[in-house]
Amino acid sequence: MRKHIRYGVTAAALAGVMLAASACGGTTRGDGDGSGSGSGGSEAEADPNAEIPEGLKISFLPKQLNNPYFTVADSGGKEAVEELGGEFKEVGPSEANASSQVSYINTLSQQGSDVIVTAANDPNAVCGALNQARQAGSVVVTFDSDASPDCRDLFISQASAKGIATAQVEMVAEQIGGEGEIAFLSATPNATNQNAWLKLMEEELKKDEYSGIEVVDTVYGNDDDQKSFNEMQGLLQTHPDLAGVVSPTTVGLAAAARYLGSSDYKGEVALTGLGTPNQMREYVKNGTVEEFALWKPSDLGYLAAYAGASHSAGRITGEEGQTFEAGRLGEYEIGADGEIVLGPPTVFNEDNIDDFDF
Amino acid sequence: MSVSDETGARGGGAAAAAGPPPAARGLGQESRTEHGGGVRTGRRLPQARELGILLALVLLVAVTTLANPGFLSGQSVRDLLLGATLLTILAVGQSMVLITRNVDLSVGSVMGLSAFAVGTVFVSFPGLPTPVVMGAGVLVGAACGVVNGVLVAAARVPALVVTLGTLYMFRGIDFWWASGRQINAADMPDGFLGLSRVTLLGMPLPAVVALAVVLGAGWYLRNYRSGRELYAVGSEPVAARLVGIPVDRRVFMPFVVNGSLAGIAGVLYASRFGTLDATVGTGLELEVVAAAVVGGVAIFGGSGTVYGAALGALLLSTIDAALPMLQVGSFWQQAVVGLLILVSIGLDRLLALRAARRLRGGGSRGA
Amino acid sequence: MGPEVDAPGTSAPPSAARSAPEPQRGPKPSALRSLLRTREASVLGALAVSVLAASFMVEGFATGRNAGFLILDVAAIALIALPMTLVVITGEIDLSVASTLGLTSALMGQLWVLGLPLETIVPLCVLFGALLGALNGVLVTVAGLPSLAVTIGTMAMYRGLAYAVLGDRAVADFPFTWTGGATSRLPGTDIPWIAVLILVLAALFGLLLHATPIGRSLYAIGNNDEATRFSGISVRWTKLWLFVASGTVAAGAGVFWTLQYGSARADNAYGLELSVVAAVLLGGVSIFGGRGALPGVLAGVLLLGTIRNALMLADVSSDVLDIVTGLLLVVSVVLPTTLARVRERRPRPAPPS
Repeated sequence: MRKHIRYGVTAAALAGVMLAASACGGTTRGDGDGSGSGSGGSEAEADPNAEIPEGLKISFLPKQLNNPYFTVADSGGKEAVEELGGEFKEVGPSEANASSQVSYINTLSQQGSDVIVTAANDPNAVCGALNQARQAGSVVVTFDSDASPDCRDLFISQASAKGIATAQVEMVAEQIGGEGEIAFLSATPNATNQNAWLKLMEEELKKDEYSGIEVVDTVYGNDDDQKSFNEMQGLLQTHPDLAGVVSPTTVGLAAAARYLGSSDYKGEVALTGLGTPNQMREYVKNGTVEEFALWKPSDLGYLAAYAGASHSAGRITGEEGQTFEAGRLGEYEIGADGEIVLGPPTVFNEDNIDDFDF
Repeated sequence: MSVSDETGARGGGAAAAAGPPPAARGLGQESRTEHGGGVRTGRRLPQARELGILLALVLLVAVTTLANPGFLSGQSVRDLLLGATLLTILAVGQSMVLITRNVDLSVGSVMGLSAFAVGTVFVSFPGLPTPVVMGAGVLVGAACGVVNGVLVAAARVPALVVTLGTLYMFRGIDFWWASGRQINAADMPDGFLGLSRVTLLGMPLPAVVALAVVLGAGWYLRNYRSGRELYAVGSEPVAARLVGIPVDRRVFMPFVVNGSLAGIAGVLYASRFGTLDATVGTGLELEVVAAAVVGGVAIFGGSGTVYGAALGALLLSTIDAALPMLQVGSFWQQAVVGLLILVSIGLDRLLALRAARRLRGGGSRGA
Repeated sequence: MGPEVDAPGTSAPPSAARSAPEPQRGPKPSALRSLLRTREASVLGALAVSVLAASFMVEGFATGRNAGFLILDVAAIALIALPMTLVVITGEIDLSVASTLGLTSALMGQLWVLGLPLETIVPLCVLFGALLGALNGVLVTVAGLPSLAVTIGTMAMYRGLAYAVLGDRAVADFPFTWTGGATSRLPGTDIPWIAVLILVLAALFGLLLHATPIGRSLYAIGNNDEATRFSGISVRWTKLWLFVASGTVAAGAGVFWTLQYGSARADNAYGLELSVVAAVLLGGVSIFGGRGALPGVLAGVLLLGTIRNALMLADVSSDVLDIVTGLLLVVSVVLPTTLARVRERRPRPAPPS
């Protein structure tokens, strides 16, 4: 029996070490010691006429490689970096998770990147690494998915969250004739963007003009093609009276359209959301989907590269109200919290979808 | 190769006869009679085992239908069958590997690689007839299976380690090959994409393929000498070698079959889902093993049937489909599946213990 | 072909066939030991070579700052690999560790939201991990189920429970003194303090494994479960406690992970179990039990970490990293096995077929 006790002692010792490693005194939520540190705003004055130096190292770190959306976004970034005469680099994990992104941030910082452009898999988990990179001299620009505002310099928003939510609610309301049951097919349950949009959409739907519309369910396809496909299938079977589905994620929308297109529900149930024209072309042409929306991802990457370069050169410091030139896209102004909005989303339908190739 | 095999078998026989310390071997054997015991008590026990899963399946469908009559609608059943297809095919292949006391963790990666190969061939050679492209997809799978099989059977390296290694390798090759590309439905011919809408006797074509795979593998394992020998190899490799079974070849073959089946699954995936990137099938391996284990295939070889594995796959797929309808929060799904795995292996253990007790006239032994 | 054929490469349950260099076991224990030594030595050698090569060839690798990053990257894997080594040596496996980590993280977030002080939460979480480990242990030892199947089941179950506890939320408002503290460096160096904890735990587990009767009994159990049982060692209790240790350390890693990334989520460390197992196997532990050593495993963890870190710094894309990881794992088992067989064959007069 003695050896059992000894194992027990080992386990207890383990727990003890863990305990000892932690500080003393009760630390509870709301002690006022907020999370994140932030290296604070830059004190330097902005010099709008500063020269953008040649050979800036601008690195793109998307949520994951092998995601066509980010491939397109990063190609826009590449275009901008080439115009600026900088060094473009794209790195990233093969699966979208925050911990491997942290490794890449550390690597980029270690390599001395001047600008790190990233889309955060988790707004907080990447924070520590981003701040360390900033302390080491990199400018951090987030795009698509923001990190906590105190650990990046600028955020390029694809469109205001409000704009995206409103556009989707308008589309679905019009397609189902203003009343009926609708459901959401979202990305992962933790996705920053999608959750914000869902919340805003539900608020928007509370307006009187949408009183006939009821949200009956929200399901998550985890931005996984097969899972989204199955969830769409489940939605339609669970709610026989469903009139419309909104999928605010490109993976989800494509999967849902594929299911809908091959099922008996085609034409009965409206489907809309955010998608890329290349993925959706077939379903728009065969009538499964009437219209959907998206910003241009390549412009997003393009703008992020210009914003990062301008910040690195000292043209801007991230203060609200500063403006900078972003190549072919023209002039942009920095909003509150260092946020820069790309513009309203583009709505794609049968008439215009062939004008786009991404 | 075959010469070396035979020499191996003979040499092994001699060594085993002369060599092993009798005490250790004897004791080792005792623990295994239990796994084998299930098989040897006649066909009754495994059948009871499969009936049990079938019962659970019927119960689940009944409860779900009561709660939500839409569950048994034509479209819904068709979706369910289609959804279970891939898992069933993979579970059949995995069972054959498991029966020989090996495991193949690389199936998810192989399926992904094969699916992407199909897409790429369609893009690169638009003129090729569809069946040829499908054949190419299966071949990719078979090739991966050969790699696994050679490493395990010829280089005699533990299957768990090898296939964990090839899991990373095949996935890496997939990523490297795809390099960020995605293949969309528009890149593939409509005839190919429409395969899952083709029905045969009211059943979707992929489900028919799965059924054929299950019946074919079941028939082979039961009625062919080499099929029966897989069980022998799995329950007691040393004894199998002693009686002259070419163990290496029996170990090699299931890997190739499993690879080919993963290839078929990849082709069906490409046909059904239309959107292909390098992440297809990620993390599927443990689900496949789970389906086989739920279906009564012993993880340490020597017992179980492909019918059970197929039922296990069907049960897991049905759970996935039923839980949302029973208004069980999607967050609970995984926990329920995990619990089911534990219950079914516990059940297996109980059945085996009872069989062993019956054989020995009541003597029970500590675990 | 040599007499090693009676230990086929086919995987086997703990008791029967050992891995390939079987004939060396009974008659020549010293030969086995020397092989063991070379096995560990080769991992350590590979580590030394890759560190040297990376230092000379990869810009930015040989800095203290980068070493700090590297250690933080492998910290969770290194922690979990320690008890995993012992578990695998007894011929069992624990695949539920990453889910235990995730569930602990989710629980930690939920308790924090409920307003408990962190000083209470952390020991609670670690204790909870011990319980999760105990459940695995009971299922394996009392119910007599194969650990591979059991822990695949609990892997799904614990991850599912993690979602049930925290759902789709991420809790991220932990105080900075804790989150920053988790990654803080030892005064005057670039080495994070977690390295010290890992070393202390490694020393504990190493002593337990290599310098106590319990440790020797673990090898005995791995080599022959049944015989050990009859020799008076309580196989059941030993294994049960190992699973408890595995759960406890995984939970500790969960606490660390949560603070390191400042984010409690149900999907934390998804898929990490395979990385841990890969590191343990690369470190020279036999998957069938009975063989392996802790220094080898630590070297295995660091080797994988170093190669990934160096390749990333050299801008090698992530897909090549996967291929290298897999190749390394396969080569690490194929090479010694094949060498042993060649060596075995050489003195024989029989012509090679």
